Amino acid sequence: MIEIDNITKVYDGRAAVDSVSMTIESATITAIVGTSGSGKSTLLRMINRLVEPTSGEVRINGELTTDLEKNALRRRIGYAIQGHGLFPHHTVARNIGAVPQLLGWSKDKISDRINELLNLFSMPPEEFRDRYPAELSGGQQQRVGVARALASRPDLLLMDEPFGALDPIIRTRAQADLHRIQRTLGSTILLVTHDMEEAIQLGDQVAVMDQGRLVQHGTPADIITSPATRFVAEMVGGVDRPLRLLSLLPLSEIVEAGEAEGPPINDQASLRDALSVCLGSGRNTLPVERDGALIGRVTLEAIRSRAEGTHEPR
Amino acid sequence: MSRANILRVIVVCLLLTLVLQPEWFEPVFAPFSPSGAPVIYTRASLLSLSLSHLGIVALASVAAIIVAVLLAILVTRPRGQAFLPLSRTIANMGQTFPPVAVLALAVPMLGFGAGPTLVALFLYGILPIFENTMTGLSTLPPATMEAARGIGLSRRQRLLQVELPLALPLILTGIRLSVVIAIGTATIGSTVAARTLGEVIIAGLLTNNTSYVLQGGIIVGLFAILIYDVLTQLEAHFQKRLGGSRTTV
Ligand SMILES: Nc1ncnc2c1ncn2[C@@H]1O[C@H](COP(=O)(O)OP(=O)(O)OP(=O)(O)O)[C@@H](O)[C@H]1O
Ligand SMILES: [Mg+2]
Repeated sequence: MIEIDNITKVYDGRAAVDSVSMTIESATITAIVGTSGSGKSTLLRMINRLVEPTSGEVRINGELTTDLEKNALRRRIGYAIQGHGLFPHHTVARNIGAVPQLLGWSKDKISDRINELLNLFSMPPEEFRDRYPAELSGGQQQRVGVARALASRPDLLLMDEPFGALDPIIRTRAQADLHRIQRTLGSTILLVTHDMEEAIQLGDQVAVMDQGRLVQHGTPADIITSPATRFVAEMVGGVDRPLRLLSLLPLSEIVEAGEAEGPPINDQASLRDALSVCLGSGRNTLPVERDGALIGRVTLEAIRSRAEGTHEPR
Repeated sequence: MSRANILRVIVVCLLLTLVLQPEWFEPVFAPFSPSGAPVIYTRASLLSLSLSHLGIVALASVAAIIVAVLLAILVTRPRGQAFLPLSRTIANMGQTFPPVAVLALAVPMLGFGAGPTLVALFLYGILPIFENTMTGLSTLPPATMEAARGIGLSRRQRLLQVELPLALPLILTGIRLSVVIAIGTATIGSTVAARTLGEVIIAGLLTNNTSYVLQGGIIVGLFAILIYDVLTQLEAHFQKRLGGSRTTV
């Protein structure tokens, strides 16, 4: 658990981060969103003390970050940034192994870990281990940057727009990878993004920042259905809100007994997917399957009723 | 073999013959000597003069590299920034002083011989290395530096494992400029009795024997070209690894 307690950073008389408090549960992903200059990076950097707060404190599992030596603290926390920041003069393997090496792991253990991570990111070790960053595509560099942050199996991972430079297709894949990895390892991730879509997709919790202040902190559904301020509502986007909400809800929530025509849809698909199928195939009801067996149906009516009440910001 | 490599082999062979078997070139240089005067310099072996010349250059350059790199490291640390203007001025002064003046001033203190030449070459060599190292250390890719801090490298580890290796191509550029200047400048050291190839050139000037001047000049020139080439290759090697993202001066 990470407790950020009334933390403030003042630059030249202006607060870049203004009395932010929030608690982050272990084994969750929290996405920090906000416009450019809203203080997201500064907030993140105060956690691993790349930036020292003007006032306030941060506790990780009850321990004050200022009680630890800076570099020891940073070695415990994974850190990935936009533009990856790989060491251009080191191979992929050496880049990924940087933190384990600092922590004094044995050579074999480091090597195994590098292979494991490369496989995890679908980059065959035999092919990629000995390459230099300049010999990778942008997407591969970014994945190596994330792999480096994960290398020592840190409980806590800070990511500053890790997918910023990726094209939409690779981006979606990298997000899915990260989600899968986080679920398997149970790590706590704090991820900065200025893309609300990404925040909603990835975050168990979303924290919205505006001009240095934390304006809302809640589940993606909270943020969409009851935005705390006009700014949050704007970030979520007026027109898309019903669709965004639907994309968060699994079909299993509104399955009802009954039959329907046509090819079935999986019960883990989102309501948004189901809506899309309805519209695309001109059907009002769809059969729903789980593990290959039909378990009922969904109706367009039911989907519609779940999307209601999200249209006007409150 | 590539064209460049053929050229390299030719230059090396030419240089080795000029130094080890100068008499083979007698017919080539003969037209430049006054009639009756010796064509090939024999008062000292060209090999021992070359070795002494290169030795003086190497010694002065190593000292210049150490001082310049340390100085550049110092002034690029947060605590050393205050010294930046001062060290710039000092390094520049070393450069604006004519080498002859340095020799003239150093002789009374150090006497005749290699001493004054070493001092002059050392002072001359500092600036290019200092300037390049400083540029290299202060234009590092910000994302890489942020990551280096973020993963918990100490200051010292950052300097040794990240900053210096990344600045290496630029440092090498500075070293190359400095060494090539030193090879040429070392020739005037023989005016104060340092044993360098300048001895051959000066003997030629004093006796109006152009073939001596040519011999000395060509050998010095070929050494400079070869060393320039080797260091350029080395830079290219490191630069390539860095993805050619930064340009050299
Ligand atoms: N080292 C610094 N010195 C002075 N001001 C700074 C410094 N770092 C950040 N700031 C200021 O603090 C504010 C917040 O910056 P921060 O980098 O946290 O924003 P951000 O939300 O990450 O923005 P972006 O999405 O553009 O990355 C900005 O106004 C910025 O100019
Ligand atoms: Mg930022």
